[in-house]
Amino acid sequence: MSAGTISEDEFEGSSDYDENDFEDDDEDESDTEFGQTGDMGFQDMITEKQRKKAYEVDFSVLPLADIMAAQTSAASHVSGILGVSLQQATALLRSFKWNKERLVERYMDHSQEILNQAGIVLDDVHTPVLKRPRGFVCMICFDDSSAGPALGLRCGHVFCQPCYEQYLTQKIVEEGECRRILCPESGCNTIVDEETIKKAVQPTVIAKYQQLQDRAYVADLDNLRWCPAPNCENAIDCRLPHSSFKTVVPTVLCACGYKFCFGCGLGDHQPAACGLVKMWQKKCADDSETANWISAHTKECGKCLSTIEKNGGCNHMTCRKCKYEFCWVCMGPWSEHGTSWYNCNRFEETSSTDARDQQAKSRASLERYLHYYNRFANHEHSAKLDRDLYTKTEKKMEEMQRTSDLSWIEVQFLKKAVDVLTSCRMTLRWTYAFAFYLARNNMTDLFEDNQRDLEVAVEALSELLEKPIEREKIAELRQQVLDKTVYVGSRREVVLEDTAKGLAEGRWEFFVDFSK
Amino acid sequence: MAKPMFARRLSKELKDLAMNPPAGVDIIDANDFKVWKLGLAGAPGTLYEGEKFQLEFNFGPNYPLESPQVLFVGDNVPIHPHIYSNGHICLDVLYNHWSPVQTVASICLSLQSMLSSCTSKERPPDNANYIKTARANPKHTAWAFHDDTV
Repeated sequence: MSAGTISEDEFEGSSDYDENDFEDDDEDESDTEFGQTGDMGFQDMITEKQRKKAYEVDFSVLPLADIMAAQTSAASHVSGILGVSLQQATALLRSFKWNKERLVERYMDHSQEILNQAGIVLDDVHTPVLKRPRGFVCMICFDDSSAGPALGLRCGHVFCQPCYEQYLTQKIVEEGECRRILCPESGCNTIVDEETIKKAVQPTVIAKYQQLQDRAYVADLDNLRWCPAPNCENAIDCRLPHSSFKTVVPTVLCACGYKFCFGCGLGDHQPAACGLVKMWQKKCADDSETANWISAHTKECGKCLSTIEKNGGCNHMTCRKCKYEFCWVCMGPWSEHGTSWYNCNRFEETSSTDARDQQAKSRASLERYLHYYNRFANHEHSAKLDRDLYTKTEKKMEEMQRTSDLSWIEVQFLKKAVDVLTSCRMTLRWTYAFAFYLARNNMTDLFEDNQRDLEVAVEALSELLEKPIEREKIAELRQQVLDKTVYVGSRREVVLEDTAKGLAEGRWEFFVDFSK
Repeated sequence: MAKPMFARRLSKELKDLAMNPPAGVDIIDANDFKVWKLGLAGAPGTLYEGEKFQLEFNFGPNYPLESPQVLFVGDNVPIHPHIYSNGHICLDVLYNHWSPVQTVASICLSLQSMLSSCTSKERPPDNANYIKTARANPKHTAWAFHDDTV
């Protein structure tokens, strides 16, 4: 059997072989059939091996040097087609947000207009002057001495060199401008070209200018995003359309080790989609800090639902906002209280029951939110503690090497366990934000089962890692941790696979619309 | 360089302004290179004929690369659709269309023409709300220039 025995790694070569096999045995009916089925089985094997997980996206990491090289290569391509210099091609591309095809197409029809737009002059006649014309007065500093260099673009507005330099430095360093720096003359639309800028300013400013250009390049292209980790100079290239981020959570991993969302730039937030995360964060920022206190210390006006804190006085409450008078104890209207002002014994009255019911309803929605928020926050907090565990783990690992005959590589299981634990907590955290917005149906139960399985597994592993190490039990502990780590990892995959597939299939029902 | 750029430039501007001031403009107080007070008279034949206004210019050390802070002060702030009752002026050249070539005189001219082309004396529609929330420095306001005709 040809297909079955060939190793997966050489499938390219093997498919040829397969075909030959097929041709050779052309006459033989049964063999042909056999060959076909073998072929199909082989196909399955490839897809099985190559299929990425439902929650993963394709991306690549671009270091700064590659980003610069990409600009140069695009520019040299365009300069070849349009017959302009490399620098002019770069300027043209910038003004077209690096859309090569559109630039070339439009350039063929309206070259002059496009050159003007990008502030480029093709002929060399109008290159900036570097000496002061006769009777020159700089209109910025009003200096009329005839010595010293001056600078002017083809628009004919000449200023002295120090003023020009200060002006450009101000624009680049203070205002962070690099796309369209105009001639200092009021109302003049001539763009100061890169060559002039490089001639006029200090090397440090040129470096800043170059940095701004690189930033603008990444910002201009939809498929690029900087890694948000501090001091990381990589960008991520991900070619998914932004419209798909409603149904895909594009988590990417930078070469620096930072895992983040390509869609919004926040840290990894699988399985919740970007729109949902934004809503959740806004809600948390608005509600969570005060929600607990409000829940414990206040009641709501039975009529206008304003939140009221009782900070003294009798039970006769008058809402500041709607002037509704009610009893703090039973929440019923004050008018039914007669003269028993300091003791409320009217708990059973219907009107006060209604008032309490309404209150309970609004509290219930708050409590629902707090249920999810507390779990969300708890995992965030635990993840931080797990990071502390990292340092403890290191000590543990050293201890293990000393007290047992395990080698360095054999104690790495602890570090691996903490790594897996942290990423699982991050995932768990966002499952709560996800669940908060999920409308309840059969699918929700399934999701909650998966969520619970992961949570139970995570807590079990966490507990295991906290255990003190006993010399005689090290081998046993190691086995347990290894088993649990693998199990936890697989539970996480189950949750992510299921949620990602559900998003792609539109299986989840949310009671909010986060598609914007 | 003995004098910083803004001082050099302002001393020249002051000389020019004293020698041939734009119509309706006079210097009230310009003793340093930080704050100037100028008088502006409503041009004859316009809605502001006979009125006197006071303008305050605040120059920063980056002048003229950065625009000065300009506002109407005193008792009489012109009633104009682009001038708020706290003296803030909604004029693009004072903010994002500033160019270092602009001068105190050219600003005065711009303001004069803004006043002169006015057809009905009224405050901006959002005046009440704006003056409640605006900061002292009008340059901190994010201006949206809704009207390019005046």
